[in-house]
Amino acid sequence: MDRIEERQGLLSALPLSVLMVLIFVAPLIVVAVFSIMPPRVFDVLHMPSFENYRIFFTQGYYRSLGWALGMAAMATVTLFVICYPLAYAMAKIFKKFTLIITIAVVVTLFVSENIRLFGWVLTLMKGGLISGYLRTYAGIDIDGWLYNVPVIVFGLVYVYFPFMLFPLVQGISMVPEEVRQAASDLGASRTRIFFEIDLPLAMPGIVVGSLLTFVLAAGAMAESKLLGGQAVIVMADEIEAAFTFGQNWSLGSALAMILILIIGSLAFFALSRVDLDGIMGRRG
Amino acid sequence: MHHPRSIRIALLCYGVTLIVFLYLPLAAITFASFSKARYLTFPIRRYTFQWYEKAFASPTVADLLTTSLKIAIVVTVISMVVGFFGALAFARYRWRFRGAFQKFILLPIFFPQTVLGLALLMWFNAVGIIPTWKTAIVAHLVWIAPIATLIVAIRAYSFDPALEEAARDMGASTWQVLREVTLPLLWPGIVSAGLFAFLLSWGNFPLSLFTTGADLTLPEWLYAKMVSGYSPLVPAVGTLSVVGSVILIGLGTAFVVWSNRRRAAMSAGAED
Repeated sequence: MDRIEERQGLLSALPLSVLMVLIFVAPLIVVAVFSIMPPRVFDVLHMPSFENYRIFFTQGYYRSLGWALGMAAMATVTLFVICYPLAYAMAKIFKKFTLIITIAVVVTLFVSENIRLFGWVLTLMKGGLISGYLRTYAGIDIDGWLYNVPVIVFGLVYVYFPFMLFPLVQGISMVPEEVRQAASDLGASRTRIFFEIDLPLAMPGIVVGSLLTFVLAAGAMAESKLLGGQAVIVMADEIEAAFTFGQNWSLGSALAMILILIIGSLAFFALSRVDLDGIMGRRG
Repeated sequence: MHHPRSIRIALLCYGVTLIVFLYLPLAAITFASFSKARYLTFPIRRYTFQWYEKAFASPTVADLLTTSLKIAIVVTVISMVVGFFGALAFARYRWRFRGAFQKFILLPIFFPQTVLGLALLMWFNAVGIIPTWKTAIVAHLVWIAPIATLIVAIRAYSFDPALEEAARDMGASTWQVLREVTLPLLWPGIVSAGLFAFLLSWGNFPLSLFTTGADLTLPEWLYAKMVSGYSPLVPAVGTLSVVGSVILIGLGTAFVVWSNRRRAAMSAGAED
């Protein structure tokens, strides 16, 4: 029986694994190789050099990385605060309403993120939904809210909301009600229960949710382009520019490698610490 | 633990507020799509359906729809097949490298999609493939195949291995067990995975950006028009794309509910 499972596991993992090696691992290897080629070459038949990585430090690209990581961190913290009460209610209080919220949130995931962000542009721009109606009917003149850092963070919070919410719901629903009840019976305050029972026991969901939002936001581009104008340039923007306008593939690859290494190691760290079977609901 | 009524109501209002907030930009776009003005400003003075008429008559929009549709259909089919087998390896069978396999499959979901698209562009260049809508299929799969696998895996976790063992004890071959027992049991999960795959591919922009070559998908066109050369068709086409997704979600949900009911009715019939 075990031998059969061993073989069937391997066989059924094969199609997806082969696909992923071909379309995920191989391209990343190409990027890694290109990143140590001299600037502005389009093939890999040159002497390796670390010139591109030097450019990252000397020409201010680290600032774009700083913006990307900083705004991602702000978005992650904000999202945690916004989502926790709702996630708690979805896991422990609501009954039918949990399903309604779940469906309502999932549906937005299927709408292209640039359509949703464009909706915010229409809402927030000068002469947009809010400022246009305020001017006409209330006589208040507002310049609009676009093209600054807070609105980019707002866009990240908006787009990555589901990626924080659902892992949190999963995590909080893993906290056994009996343990909370026992703590409450023994006289623990709500704050104490939150810090000493809820948070530690819901940690797998919190880790997955925070990590997912952080890495996705760190690699995001549409928010800073559509909502932020050119207020700040994030890392993904620089990577794209190096490939398109700059025609400098090796620099683009080096910048991509830096982002990939940061994100990849965070993701790897989180995935290796979390019990996937537990989160996804294996029984027993 | 007991929660006072006031807290329940407050949380309920909080949830409703967040959902309203989530849909606000979509409402704004729909609203804007009826404005007659060529250059959109609010408040809207005159309303019209003309952008919808123009969108339906436009050959460009028809081309975009066809391209997006072709990509989404192929992505869906491939995701369902590899997702089915992948989910068995992910959740059902106990085998030596299962832990490593799970992590490997989840890794692409954490990567920025733009970077994945660029990496693929360089990979295509290295092996001499010219990007078209077909290469975009490959790009979408990097992100969508793992998600489809996860969705089937959730179903596979609640699967009772005894059913497979029983079939095998009664002399069914491995292939027969797979086809007659495993596949029907996982089918609702596979259908949802297909639905997710289709919709995620339909709406995807960052993975398409560098991998469609000269072809354009609907989200790519919308983005191009938003960034430069605004067209009054943008809100109308955007709204249509959203309405299309919503209809599909409705049909998909109806199908899942219907097949669950039918299964329940059949097993109730078998017990009688």
